[in-house]
Amino acid sequence: MEALFQATPFTGYVFPNETDIPWSLMIVIYPYITGLVAGAFTVATFYHVFGVTRFKPVARFALLTSLSFMIFVPVPLLLHLGHPERALNVMLTPHLTSAFAAFGFFAAFYVILVTLEIWFSYREDIVAWAQEGKGLRGRFYRALTLGSYEISATTRSYDAKWIKALAIVGIAGAHGLHGYVGFVFGSLKSREWWGSDLMPAIFLVSAIVSGISILIVLYLLISRFRQTPIDKTCLKGLAYMLWGFLIFAMVLEFLEFANIVYKGREGVETIMALVAGPIWFSVWVLQVGGSVAAFIILTYVIWRGTQDRQLIIGVLVSAVLMLIAVLAMRWNVVIGGQELSKTMHGLLYFYPPVLGREGLLATIIVFALPFGMLWVLTKLLPPWLPDPRHA
Amino acid sequence: MKWRISEHQPGRRRFMRLLGRAIVFAGAALVSVGLMGRRGLAAAIPPLSETGYDWTKHRWGFGVDATRCIGCLRCVEACKIENGVAQDASHFRTWVERYVYLKGERKPLVDSQHDPGNIAASGSEKTYRFDNRYLDANIDKAFFVPKLCNQCEHPPCVQVCPVGATFRTPDGVVLIDHDYCIGCQYCVQACPYGVRLFNHEFGVTDKCTWCYHRIVRGLQPACVVACPVDARIFGDQNDPQSPISKFIRENRTRVLKPEMGTSPNVFYVGLDKEVM
Repeated sequence: MEALFQATPFTGYVFPNETDIPWSLMIVIYPYITGLVAGAFTVATFYHVFGVTRFKPVARFALLTSLSFMIFVPVPLLLHLGHPERALNVMLTPHLTSAFAAFGFFAAFYVILVTLEIWFSYREDIVAWAQEGKGLRGRFYRALTLGSYEISATTRSYDAKWIKALAIVGIAGAHGLHGYVGFVFGSLKSREWWGSDLMPAIFLVSAIVSGISILIVLYLLISRFRQTPIDKTCLKGLAYMLWGFLIFAMVLEFLEFANIVYKGREGVETIMALVAGPIWFSVWVLQVGGSVAAFIILTYVIWRGTQDRQLIIGVLVSAVLMLIAVLAMRWNVVIGGQELSKTMHGLLYFYPPVLGREGLLATIIVFALPFGMLWVLTKLLPPWLPDPRHA
Repeated sequence: MKWRISEHQPGRRRFMRLLGRAIVFAGAALVSVGLMGRRGLAAAIPPLSETGYDWTKHRWGFGVDATRCIGCLRCVEACKIENGVAQDASHFRTWVERYVYLKGERKPLVDSQHDPGNIAASGSEKTYRFDNRYLDANIDKAFFVPKLCNQCEHPPCVQVCPVGATFRTPDGVVLIDHDYCIGCQYCVQACPYGVRLFNHEFGVTDKCTWCYHRIVRGLQPACVVACPVDARIFGDQNDPQSPISKFIRENRTRVLKPEMGTSPNVFYVGLDKEVM
């Protein structure tokens, strides 16, 4: 029995059963990945719905990113379950009062929606690839056309209409999906650190921040590898967007914490001990420090109208900082919430195991999988616009 | 599914113990058959279908008189054996908390069976006792508080189960269908009292059931039977003469964390304001 769980050390008084921490690394990575899905989709909708044409260079890539991560969202959940083979029961016999019962439906709906959205936005290219492709590759694209090769003004306007309609539904879908992940935590009255009305909004806005950040990082890295020029207008647009949502996220998170401190309900001293103790580094250095540093860098870049290399480095560093900060925020919520005892008179000190089904190694592998998927998808469905140098 | 957790024991000792048990069992069986004819063991534990138990006719309730508890932890050990709970200091269906106010201190010191000092005092995580850390201390006030599932009227654990594997019976006990539980532990998170636990061997959650398998057969929960000082009171709230009805009628009781809106069904006497 020894190897099956690790008794978590504690200070003060915690309930005995609390020393077996229920949710560990897989549940940290789960909302993180879901957040990247929602954030990447948001960037695509800025182009498809709100007509922000400067995002055109990354719009299709954003959709592929969103789908790649979404496909792997269930993986950490399945690894966490005691009986993964019974997971489908959540969809077959959903218990409707559970905040988690709708997850399967939400996720399946979203995957179908993004797949359709991608199909419509690639339709013209798919037809072209199907006509010029040979062998297995040609057959793949011919299958993807679903038998329709017609490209005309009518089909173009029809495709555009669908793209827009799906994106509008997708805004609700992607944001609903992630706001709902926040609700899974925020709706629990048993945990003081989670049970907050602001939790879904904080999850959502920080998700958008992380999604924009991962697009920035991937776009810059891929442009370097492909040796293609970076679209500065697009990059600046992403920087503006990151800056705006970052401010929004920081304000919400500050309000949340200020509320807890100001209300000063029973056990508030234990909450203060939590942020000064087990999660001090991930709260004050990674989450707050990272966010503030990114905010300062972005403000400087935007205010000074920085160009070229400085712009790229500034935005890249901010994006990386925010990716770390949002991951830290997930840790602080999921792990921090469980390190604060339900007694409100004790703290637990969780150290993640390296090996095992929910260990550090497994988590890193799970997080790497969507990138592999994204690489395959960009090979099958190249999302990039024609290089202006060769056009 | 067999719902028992077996300890790992060295082969020979385990064999000897099993052999010993087999001999004792065979002997007991012979004696009881000889004494009681055809009735024997089967009569002591009848199958549920033969008891005529009607769960719409009962409303079980539990009382805890904290002023009587002596912290002997026989209840904890009885529970672990009766229900096959993991023999360690992180998984309990019931446990006992010790509250000690030292002279001049306004906040109590609290500890329970998972405290390293108590584990050291008992010698292993498989036996339970409170250590003597306060032997020479200047104590103002001290008492014990037994904890167990409150079988809430509005159980948050049932609310959050995504597959409906946990449910509240008409006679007022929250149970888990271990063959249906997916092991997500959302219910463990949702319980404000920390009474839910995870069974790593079977990958499902577990909890105190007030020994449902016993009470539907007219027996008392194992912890109630084991308590030497009647600190644990159990009975049918529908019966005005039952011990629990009397206990609630004759005492000013309170429940744990009433602000959670869960309407607990474990009624306490002798709690202090610091009890959580």
